Parts: sequence; C-alpha cells; structure tokens
Amino acid sequence: MEIGTHLLANYAEVVAVALFGIGFTNLLLQKNMIKKIIGLNIMDTAVYLFLAEKGYIEGHIAPIVMNGNVSPDTYINPVPSGLVLTGIVVSVSVTALMLSLTIRLYRRYHTLDLDEITMRLKKEGL
Amino acid sequence: MEIIRNFPCLSILLAMFSAIISSALKGAGARRLNTFVVTAVGVLSACTLYFTHVTGKSYVYVMGHFPAPLGNEIRFGTLEAGMALFFCVIMLFSLNGGREKIRLEIDPGKENLYYIMVDLLLSSLLALVYTNDLFTAYVFVEINTIAACGLIMIMESGRAIEAATRYMIMSLLGSGLFLIGLCMLYDMTGHLLMSNVQESVRQIAAEGSYMIPLLVTIALMVVGLAIKSALFPFHAWLPDAYGYSTVSSAAMLSSLVSKGYIFLLIKIIYRVIGFDIFVQSRIINVLFVFGLAGMIMGSTSAIRENDIRRMISYSSVAQIGYIYMGFGLGTTAGMVASVFHILAHAATKSLLFVSGVGLTDVADDNKQFIELTGAAYRNVCAGLAFTVGALSMVGIPLFSGFISKLLFSQAAVQSNLKMLPALIVLAISTVLNTIYFMKTVIRIYTPIKSGYPSVFAKDHPLYALTLLCFVALNIVLGMCSQPIADWITQGLSVFA
Repeated sequence: MEIGTHLLANYAEVVAVALFGIGFTNLLLQKNMIKKIIGLNIMDTAVYLFLAEKGYIEGHIAPIVMNGNVSPDTYINPVPSGLVLTGIVVSVSVTALMLSLTIRLYRRYHTLDLDEITMRLKKEGL
Repeated sequence: MEIIRNFPCLSILLAMFSAIISSALKGAGARRLNTFVVTAVGVLSACTLYFTHVTGKSYVYVMGHFPAPLGNEIRFGTLEAGMALFFCVIMLFSLNGGREKIRLEIDPGKENLYYIMVDLLLSSLLALVYTNDLFTAYVFVEINTIAACGLIMIMESGRAIEAATRYMIMSLLGSGLFLIGLCMLYDMTGHLLMSNVQESVRQIAAEGSYMIPLLVTIALMVVGLAIKSALFPFHAWLPDAYGYSTVSSAAMLSSLVSKGYIFLLIKIIYRVIGFDIFVQSRIINVLFVFGLAGMIMGSTSAIRENDIRRMISYSSVAQIGYIYMGFGLGTTAGMVASVFHILAHAATKSLLFVSGVGLTDVADDNKQFIELTGAAYRNVCAGLAFTVGALSMVGIPLFSGFISKLLFSQAAVQSNLKMLPALIVLAISTVLNTIYFMKTVIRIYTPIKSGYPSVFAKDHPLYALTLLCFVALNIVLGMCSQPIADWITQGLSVFA
C-alpha cells in the first residue's frame, strides 16, 4: 500500500523512469538503425522529464527576475533547467553523429538493419 | 610557484582551442600543432605534478565567478597531475608510432580532421581527470565518446564504420545509465560538485534513509562507466573497434579512452560516494565477479582468435577485468594495484599495438597468424618490442606487468573471503596469457623462407625511436615500481 501511494505521489518520476527503460531497450535491441536512434532520443528525453519535474516547484514561476523580486519563494529551481539545456545540446550532437553513421552505412549496404550489415561483412570476409 | 595553479585549466583550454584552430589548418599544420599541444600539455602537467608533489596537498581552482555550492570547479592533486602527464606521454608515443600509417590510411584531405579528434580527445581526457563537477564530467564523457568514434570511423572502410556504429550504440547506453544515475544523485543530494555531494551522501548513509535509491544510483553510475570501459559482459564492441581502426587510434582507444572512464569511476568512488560507503554496498562483489569472469573469458577469446590485432584487443578485455577485480577487493591496496595496472596496461597495450603493426607490415598487411611466421626476422625492432610487450603482459619480472600482478596478489592476500578466488583466477589468467602471447612470440621467431621483404630500423627512425621509448617506459614502470606505488598511495590519500 505504501509503495502505491509513493508511486502515485511521484507519478512524473515513474513515467520518466518507464520512458527511460523503453528508450534503453529500444536502443539496445532494435535492429533498425532509425528505431535505435528514436530509442536514444526517448531515453534522453526521459532524463529531461525527470530533471524538469525535480526542478519544478508547485505555484512558482520561471526563474527570470521581475520587478526586482529576488525572493526564493517566487521562482522554480533554475539549475535543473540549465542541466536540461546542456543535456539537449549533447543529445543533439550524438544524434547527429549517429544519423551520419546511418547514412554512410545505408549508402554502402542499402539497408538499415545492423545485423544484416554485420552478416554481409562477415561473408565478404574483409 | 602560485602560477602553476592555473596550469590544469590552461591545459584543458589549450587542447580544446587547438582543436578549433586545426579545423582551419591543412593536414601537416594540424599535425605539427597537435604534437606541440600534446608536448606542451605534458610539460604543464609535469610542472603541476612537481608542484603538488612538493606541497603534498590538493588544490581547488574556481571556474567562473560563482563560489563553491553553485559554481564549477577544477580540483587537482598529485594523482590527477601524474595521470594527465602519463596520458600525454602515451598519446605522443602512440601517434608517433602510427604516424606513417596515418599518412597511408587516411585520405590526405581528412588528415586535419583526425588531429581535431585527437585534440578533442586530449581535452576531454584532461577534463575528466581534473573536473570536480559531476555534470561537467558527463558532458566530457560524451565529448570523449564522440572523439573516439571519429578516431574509429576515419578509416572509412565498411568494417570501420560498422565498428564505430556498434561502439557508439554501446557507449550511448553507458552514458544514458550514467546520466540518469547522476540525475538521481542530484535529486537526493541537491548538489553537483563532488565534495558537496559526498557530504550529503554521508548524511544519507548515516541516517539510513534513502538507502535503496542510493544503492540504485551507485549501481547505475558504475554499470554505465563499466559498459563504456568494456568490462566483460559488455565487451562485444571492443575487438572490432580496436581491430579495424588505424593503429594510433587502436592504441589510444585501448590505453587512454577506456582508462579515462576508469579514472572517472575511481574519482566517483572516492570523491562522490566515499570509499567506505562504496565498500559497504554490495556492488563491489558484483564488480569482483565480473572482473574475474573478464580475466578468464577475455583470455580464452584471445586464444581462439586468429588475427593478431583482434587477439591484442581481446587481451584488453582480460586486463580491464584485472582492474575491476582490484576495485572489487574493496581495500586500498586493491585500489593502488588497479591504478598501477591502469599505467602498466596503457604502456604495454599501446606498445603491442604499435609493434604489431610493424609485424603485419612485413607480411603484406596480413593479420593472420600463419602469414606472420618469421616476421620478427624481417622487422627486428618490431619483433623485439612485441616480445617485450608480450613478456610484460604475461608478468615476467623487470617489466611493468609483473609489478601489477604482484600488487594484485598482495592485495588479494589481505582480503579474507576473496583471497582464494582472486589468487586462483590470477594464476589461471596468467597461464592463459602465456599461452596466447608465447604462441605469437614463437610464431614470429620461427625461421622460414618467405617472399616478403624485410624492413630496417634506419629506414623508419621515428617508428624505431617510439618503440624504444615504449620499451624504456615499460622497464621504468617495472623497475621503479616502489616510488610509483608510493605516489599512487599518497595521491589516493589526498583524493577524498
């Protein structure tokens, strides 16, 4: 019972961790490169959801100082938002790199299936 | 003397800006700039090492204008400075050893791109070594991954691109786990600076609240970094990535990239979680078991391998198993042995990769064993260097591998429960190492008449000089082990 109420109270974190798991398994198990990259993005976005939820304080506003009001009771925690921004930059660059690798592989082997590419490489014996 | 406190920050910036400048330079210019920067960073690190060794303390360098709980920091002591110096030395040697291959195997128009990646790799390694901020560490882990992926795929063969893709996928899984682990840790402690996190973690552990989340967090971070540094069950990407890239890349990937992650893990163990709390968690037993499994499985895979480059790569899996086994012992002696093995393995493995390429060159680029018969007579200096590397990996006295095996056994004896499995597996692993390395050494020294041409040291002075430096480094690590072990112990004591 206690666990149930905890899960209900922190539903956003539960969703974030579930999404992280979905993304992680997709990145690990999918054969198709594009699906793998989608999994990667789901995984990263789940982390941002987790961080955003942690930084949010009920009833507080975005951390932009207005009318000289610097009271901490007005604004949400700005640090997680900063981390999310940094994380997005990192995630965009690795996604771009993965996509460029996928394009290279597709041009050479005309398939997006990584296992098939490996099979073909083994057959070529290169 | 006080000016030396700026050197760690300066060396990170120097490496990073050289990468930016290299993008506007041609191949030769980028190469010269890279050599200059690696040497300069090495000199700066040596100064830092001298300074921290004389004072015997560690220093905090504030980045930006915000003080401790909010801002970003660099922190350095003897261990960090020594590691930075060592990484520079290995990087310089690996690049010089594979210089001719880089020129041959990489499209001339893309040579500067290669050196951009090397510069980025250096800056991210330095940042991983010096940073005191967890999120900064994550960002540089990703930069390191991207740079390493670039080093693999620069060959542009189908095999290399496929290897780079697999490397990238596994690395991203690892950094995803590391990222969610560090976000949970931030959630529990409210801090990102390592020293502040540790205070909060100690409080949590003392109160006994949040013990399960703490355990999950430690597990996520450790597993994430273990995937990235190719601990046994996660090593599937490694042989392809090391086997099909250019030789300098393979040497740097095995001796620098994976070691950078392991060093970050040591920092997390000592500085974020706290060594005693880490030992109390049951994670170390998991690391111990997987370390032992890696020592055996890596070696058996290496025995079965018929390709010299892939054999050396599989041997890395076994050696990384040693390092994690040292963590798993859960004593300071085990940690010292692991740190020493990081140095010994880095020095030896890059020597093996660089000398291995000399042997395959005199067999018309054939990596199969049968073609390598008698290769040591056709390239005497590569053959000798390979023998030294093989002897060191097997653990013959005089060379560095012996000392790390000795330190591991001494550490194992101090531990009650783990003594027997550790010693037995060490013995088995040594025998297995001997089988595949001596098999190779006997093969390259089997005299045979063959149509392949011979290569002489005087035609490749840089290559021969590099091999000589590697051998010297190995012997220095093997002969002057006591001062080095003392330095590691002292460095670890000011670490926390």
